[in-house]
Amino acid sequence: MTAELVLQIVLTVAAGLIGVGLFGALSQQTIVMVMMGLELVLNGVLLAGGAAWYFLAPELPDAQVLVVVALVVMAVEMAMGFAVTVAFYRARQLDMIDMASDLRG
Amino acid sequence: MLSDLSGWAITAVAILGVLSVAAGVAVFVVDSMARATFALLASFLAVAGILLALDLVYLAVVTALMMTIEMAIMAVFMIMFMMNPAGLMPMTMVHNAKGSAAVGAGVFVLLAVGIWTIDWPTMNPVRPDDSTRQLGEAIMGSHMLVMLVIGIGLFAMILAGTVLATARGRYDRLGPGLDAEHPDDPVPGGLRR
Repeated sequence: MTAELVLQIVLTVAAGLIGVGLFGALSQQTIVMVMMGLELVLNGVLLAGGAAWYFLAPELPDAQVLVVVALVVMAVEMAMGFAVTVAFYRARQLDMIDMASDLRG
Repeated sequence: MLSDLSGWAITAVAILGVLSVAAGVAVFVVDSMARATFALLASFLAVAGILLALDLVYLAVVTALMMTIEMAIMAVFMIMFMMNPAGLMPMTMVHNAKGSAAVGAGVFVLLAVGIWTIDWPTMNPVRPDDSTRQLGEAIMGSHMLVMLVIGIGLFAMILAGTVLATARGRYDRLGPGLDAEHPDDPVPGGLRR
């Protein structure tokens, strides 16, 4: 099996994760489920970054650094998301994004 | 050029790839929030396995450990905030499902068309002896700016998380000028009473 074919298969899996995550982030009503959708999108980014490093430019560390950044973004997203969820719930007893549609910018 | 992954590694990547997407779909299909959390964890672990097969040992281990802890915390929040944490009855809480599915499928098709039509430059890659060493030297050397920005970002996250999660700060107690005669506490007592 050629390296290009394996790369394309792995990237297709990553695209699948991004697509499913996007569907979840756009369709779910509860804040925590929206965050799970975003995490799935970032999961796809992790996979694509790892595949890009192995198959395209293993002599450069850039793709690995991109994966580290994606991991940090995941941690920040989850911590801030839960902090906002707690603040929302404390202020208004809401856990659904539709109940906060007046915050639309 | 033939891939230098062994047949076993390619098989593992294929199986784990299918598993990761299947678990990702399961997150939005299962009724129970706890099950959804663990389906997401399965998806992350499958991706960590693929990274392991791609020689990215450190990033694979970090992904697996970080996501296991993250999903354990997420399960707690799920049970705190969800009306149906145990999945005892069927439940869908979605809005605009058709439009969201169209956007998700559209993005997937767009990415897949790009992935399968680009002529990827996979010729003769030079592999480092140790991918972890390569990453470590990069973030402590040529890519240190990335680590500096990440550090500042994480510090800002700690401050912002604390501010958002604090129920009552000193301004709630002593007013905007911090000059109230008596603190406005829900329970009487304490200092300055």
